[in-house]
Amino acid sequence: MIELKKISKTFKGHKVLEDFDLKINRGESMVIIGCSGAGKSVLLKHMIGLMRPDVGSVSIEGTDITQVDNKRLNKIRMDFGMLFQGAALFDSLNVLENVAFQLFEYTNKPLAEIEGRVAECLKMVGLENIETVKPAELSGGMKKRVGLARAICMSPKIILFDEPTTGIDPVMGGVINKLIRHLHNILKTTSVTVTHDMTSAYEIADRIAMLYDKRIIEIGTPEEIKNSRNSIVRQFISGDPEGPLTNAARRV
Amino acid sequence: MKFRSMKRYSKKTSVYFQQRSKMFFVYIGGVLVLLGKTVFWVFSPRVRKWQILEQMNKVGVASFPIVFLISFFTGVVLALQSAYQMQKMSSEMYIASLVAVSIARELGPVLTALIVAGRCGAAITAELGTMRVTEQIEALETLSANPVHYLVVPRFIALIVMVPLLTICADFFGMLGGYLVGVGKLHITHSMYLRMTFEALAIKDVMTGLIKSVVFATIICTIACFEGMNALGGAEGVGKSTTSSVVRSFILIIVADCFFTALFYFIR
Ligand SMILES: Nc1ncnc2c1ncn2[C@@H]1O[C@H](COP(=O)(O)OP(=O)(O)O)[C@@H](O)[C@H]1O
Ligand SMILES: [Mg+2]
Repeated sequence: MIELKKISKTFKGHKVLEDFDLKINRGESMVIIGCSGAGKSVLLKHMIGLMRPDVGSVSIEGTDITQVDNKRLNKIRMDFGMLFQGAALFDSLNVLENVAFQLFEYTNKPLAEIEGRVAECLKMVGLENIETVKPAELSGGMKKRVGLARAICMSPKIILFDEPTTGIDPVMGGVINKLIRHLHNILKTTSVTVTHDMTSAYEIADRIAMLYDKRIIEIGTPEEIKNSRNSIVRQFISGDPEGPLTNAARRV
Repeated sequence: MKFRSMKRYSKKTSVYFQQRSKMFFVYIGGVLVLLGKTVFWVFSPRVRKWQILEQMNKVGVASFPIVFLISFFTGVVLALQSAYQMQKMSSEMYIASLVAVSIARELGPVLTALIVAGRCGAAITAELGTMRVTEQIEALETLSANPVHYLVVPRFIALIVMVPLLTICADFFGMLGGYLVGVGKLHITHSMYLRMTFEALAIKDVMTGLIKSVVFATIICTIACFEGMNALGGAEGVGKSTTSSVVRSFILIIVADCFFTALFYFIR
């Protein structure tokens, strides 16, 4: 269970989150939607302790990670997997070493077993025979998928996906949606997915939350969001160029 | 009226200097904290042998040719320039002592450190800076790896080992350059040159040079890693960090050199 309470975060006078509350239940698939620059990535980074809120608390299974020391935090992070928006693969390591990073670091498994697990993870994201390639030689979408393979390699209990289907062709997008749903159904993973892709959101979400103006303005099941009466949410999901979102932007 | 504007102006400058000096102390504090963490993690039981070897190769083996070139020609130039003075007093044979002592105590360690700071310090900052702005350092943290342990410690160990070794090479080749000029051009005999070299050169001279080079290696590594890990704002930010990494290492190397030279002079 992830619980964010009364979080505020300011970057150089620019408030990104204010009095922010969100609770994600164990085994739930939560999707966060919102405009670019709304603070979705910042929100994910708070959940895994990469950023500390100015005020407020973030608790993971009852432990407030804003208060614990590094050693404890690292232990808690072993239960996490995270896909970064830009994949964040290590340039100096090849795909095998990237995906199996934690296997090499924290286990003494024989190489054959590690290679087997990596091949399995890569297959789940629709990739094959690229273990010896360096990230610089991959396309953007392939990097994303390798990043995804790295995030799920240790079968973590909680996975954070930052725009998993952005920059990926629709077919592979479908594969990834299915994978996230599968992790959730079979392995009972708690997942938080940030996306702008509404088809993907409807497909993978138990609940969808919309982040706007430093807060969650609407949260509910995909059905509830589809039928939302909030004009901002309606504009976002329909992609209408006219509406409160664009009017607000124009005023600024 | 004029007085008032001047007063305002001076207030502005004092605020400016206050901010600058605050930034300076924040910077020094950050660097020292990083150094402390590095030393802490150096003693962790987990040794990343391959990464250390790879870094040693990058820092040491790859820097060898340029260290050789620069120290050799410095030795040549030093011998020639001092010959110009010493010939007036017909005391050319002291050139051997002069070259040996100034290379071992001063030029060997400092030139090597400046070369390594320019060559490897910049590369370290660029690499870590790119990792910072592409979120790779954050990714390391989410994978429960400590960035200082994973990235800084192998570079630190490699530099601490390789910079003194390069300094020894620089000492040797610098003296070789001096020797070739002395024996080949200034007609000092081979045995005379060697005798004058080893008469003047005490173990202590070489040791003080090596102590300096260890300090320089620490400076290069800490500044380069600090600048890299704190790079901000894309490619432009990485470029800025790389520049300031080199400039600040150079400044600190020269300041530290001055300090240690004075120290060794007074505790002789
Ligand atoms: N490390 C940072 N330093 C300063 N500002 C940041 C930082 N990270 C994010 N921001 C700011 O926070 C806001 C939200 O960013 P982000 O979470 O990346 O948006 P998105 O919802 O598109 O993922 C942006 O205005 C961005 O400029
Ligand atoms: Mg984002």
